[in-house]
Amino acid sequence: MTHSENIDSETIYKTDALIAEDIDAYLEAHQHKTMLRFITCGSVDDGKSTLIGRLLYDSKMIFEDQLATLEADSKKVGTQGQEIDFALLVDGLAAEREQGITIDVAYRFFATEKRKFIVADTPGHEQYTRNMVTGASTADLAIILIDARQGILTQTRRHSYLAHLIGIKHLVVAVNKMDLVDYDQAVYDEIIADYTAFAREIGIEAFTPIPISGLAGDNITSKSTHTPWYDGPALVEHLENVEVMATANQAKPLRMTVQWVNRPNLDFRGFSGQIASGTVRPGDEVRVLPSGKTSTVKRIVTMDGDLDEAVAGQSVTLTLAEEIDCSRGDVIAAADAPPQVADQFESTIVWMDEAELLPGRSYWMKIGTQFVSVTIQSPKYQVNVNNMEQLAAKTLDLNGIGVAEIATDRPIIFEPYEDNRDLGGFILIDKISNATVAAGMLHFCLRRSQNVHWQDVDIDRAAHALQKRQQPRVVWFTGLSGSGKSTIANMVEKRLHALGKHSFLLDGDNVRHGLNKDLGFTDADRVENIRRIGEVAKLMADAGLIVLTAFISPFRAERQLVRSMLPEDEFIEVFVDTPLAVAEERDVKGLYKKARAGELKNFTGIDSDYEIPENAEMRIDTTKMSPEEAAEIIVDKIVGSWSYTI
Amino acid sequence: MQNSATATPLTHLQRLESEAIHIMREVAAEAENPVMLYSVGKDSAVMLHLAKKAFFPSPPPFPLLHVDTTWKFQEMYKMREKAAKDAGMELLIHQNPEARERGINPFDHGAVHTDMWKTQGLKQALDHYGFDAAFGGARRDEEKSRAKERIFSFRSANHRWDPKNQRPELWKLYNTQKAKGESIRVFPLSNWTELDIWQYIHLENIDIVPLYFSASRPTVKRDGMLLMVDDERFRFEEGEEPVERSIRFRTLGCYPLTGAVESEATTLPQIIQEMLLTTTSERQGRAIDHDQAASMEKKKQEGYF
Repeated sequence: MTHSENIDSETIYKTDALIAEDIDAYLEAHQHKTMLRFITCGSVDDGKSTLIGRLLYDSKMIFEDQLATLEADSKKVGTQGQEIDFALLVDGLAAEREQGITIDVAYRFFATEKRKFIVADTPGHEQYTRNMVTGASTADLAIILIDARQGILTQTRRHSYLAHLIGIKHLVVAVNKMDLVDYDQAVYDEIIADYTAFAREIGIEAFTPIPISGLAGDNITSKSTHTPWYDGPALVEHLENVEVMATANQAKPLRMTVQWVNRPNLDFRGFSGQIASGTVRPGDEVRVLPSGKTSTVKRIVTMDGDLDEAVAGQSVTLTLAEEIDCSRGDVIAAADAPPQVADQFESTIVWMDEAELLPGRSYWMKIGTQFVSVTIQSPKYQVNVNNMEQLAAKTLDLNGIGVAEIATDRPIIFEPYEDNRDLGGFILIDKISNATVAAGMLHFCLRRSQNVHWQDVDIDRAAHALQKRQQPRVVWFTGLSGSGKSTIANMVEKRLHALGKHSFLLDGDNVRHGLNKDLGFTDADRVENIRRIGEVAKLMADAGLIVLTAFISPFRAERQLVRSMLPEDEFIEVFVDTPLAVAEERDVKGLYKKARAGELKNFTGIDSDYEIPENAEMRIDTTKMSPEEAAEIIVDKIVGSWSYTI
Repeated sequence: MQNSATATPLTHLQRLESEAIHIMREVAAEAENPVMLYSVGKDSAVMLHLAKKAFFPSPPPFPLLHVDTTWKFQEMYKMREKAAKDAGMELLIHQNPEARERGINPFDHGAVHTDMWKTQGLKQALDHYGFDAAFGGARRDEEKSRAKERIFSFRSANHRWDPKNQRPELWKLYNTQKAKGESIRVFPLSNWTELDIWQYIHLENIDIVPLYFSASRPTVKRDGMLLMVDDERFRFEEGEEPVERSIRFRTLGCYPLTGAVESEATTLPQIIQEMLLTTTSERQGRAIDHDQAASMEKKKQEGYF
């Protein structure tokens, strides 16, 4: 390991002597430090872990025993011969230590005399867009590492694009391993010229280039004597002086997302949250969204006493002079400059799950402290992160990035992500697996969302139902192909008809040829198929009908979606439970045979999943019951539980 | 600390404080039955202090849980009762009945002691009360495998942690959705370092166990570790006799497993000064981490906090 002699480093990192001399002065100074979060991005061999290891090492964040372990590990698995392998200090989990690559986001800490730093260490490995976006989401600054011997690589472009996409304003382009190109200015200048051209292309307005060597320590804590031709700051000096996002946000109008209503007794009602932007003082006029009602801030309450002012980044509890409705998910904003409220948006989505995006399926969306149901349309295009080309796409796979329109099930309070990360950044959550499947950024609301007004109709669904003297129902038959859904549904409808009930049967015959003739059998199309059928069934139920549907409807999420469209008790899920072997044996339409022969793709039960209902209202075991018997008990369920109050 | 708010940049401690409060409020709003694990150490003291701030003027809307091994320092037990009372919070104490019955202790049982009393004890307590979210005071700077842990860390119904299957954590949007039986461990101090903790205790005047300050205490030197003779259960080996030394602790656990350091630091600035000048990392004082390489990662997968 080459130690460069750094005279300046004493002013960046207090020496032990100074700490020993006057600890109170040290503490006083430390108390006023600010904090910067940054992310390092580089390819596998760009020396990222070495740079971070070096930053930790120089700021004395490595202790003697850790150093001993490090030295032992370096000899055992290190890549630097007998030298210390800084990368080992940084690479955490046992599995990846063996592979020699970082596979997740890790957070590191070091401090200088001016600042505390939190470093998100993210992998440069091909398939891990997800990790980089995650690490970048909380970063004020990104360091893009370029190997001086390699120049700009595909990964460099990708990392820069992602950092830009996530809205990082401060980019450092660190040309690393300068020691291996003999600190040649021409090499450096050429790389920076290339990068400047690329940056302009993708809309990066500014960046700070620095020639460094992580291994040798050049231009890290102090200006290196090896690069006299470079007149910019050393890396750490630059990191110490960049303005952090939280401070910049103070100049914007007030927004505070309400997390929790603080109600210790009847005399106190406070609204707790972290201020996303702006400042607030007692006496300020504020508007609570979505209600739009205004009030005046009475107190800023903290355990240390009331504050005269609070600023972006602080967690506080506000009380208001006038009692107005305000709960979790609401936003308290400057009265004269409130954020918008809408329910349809254009957004960029970064897909983070193994299971692809299913357009039309409903997901949970968390944005600020708002939690809503959302559906996503097929992407307008997907971005190839290697060359920023826009490609046509029907869906998004793991690590896919695309632009799509999304619709929430109720209006939400938002701001474009560019203006406010807290009110423009969101995550999507799968309703069944609970996994965080995507991150997204809202750009703008679509004008049409403000023009849709529900017509206030006098002849409402109750009136329709009353006229037909029946409770509307959606009886949803689900099961494998050939399980007997249509047979049983037909018998049910005949009996209902005989009883004078108004019904309608939706099945493949009357839906696939018309309404859904544009849909195939991919997962995405299956979701859309069911969504449309669900909407039609809902309209028919609104009209007072008893709707019977007979579709395989293999996915739990879509059945749940339809269920959620209807009042409780109106949706009856009937699971026609026929084992695959039995259905295949029957093979009424000869479809299983074709599927087995490979002539039919995406056939449920063969090469496409069927998710068994967990909470179906009825389960019909066709191996134990005839279709007639099944129809009988289903009709009893539909008509017998008539509970419509007139 | 928040009194100094002006339109100037927030300090790093103000931002760390604000982040921890935000995290705690998210849990209070979204979890059904949260609890705060309280180990009586300095990190727990900071976490508890932040909880009081987060919900003021209400008391924190969850109880404290101490997973007791019966082998903590006597001064820790005193502090435990006082801290809960001062915060106006319910204090739940769990001692693994099986460990108690089998007389598991740190002298005879080594690693089994930690597993039975702490790991199994914790699981029992979480299951018993049906807690779906538990705050812990762990920090990412403590140990390499912790650096990759999320702030909201998911555990299966069997309390296992799967480092390869963690949810991405973006911005400050925490996904608290989970299936029945699953739970979340929440670490509001994730981004604090040991120095931040001490600095904050100093600034906020937080009450901590006196064992962190130097005093003359009866000790025994064994295997390079300085152990304190805290009660009559201490087992002397041949030739050992308690010797009064001026010592303090950088970290607190079961007294027969916790190494002291010789020190004259009797004030917080002196402790911080010693910490900054010291060359041994914090966990060195704990016997349990040295078992094997990557031992903490293994313990975490098994459900240790």
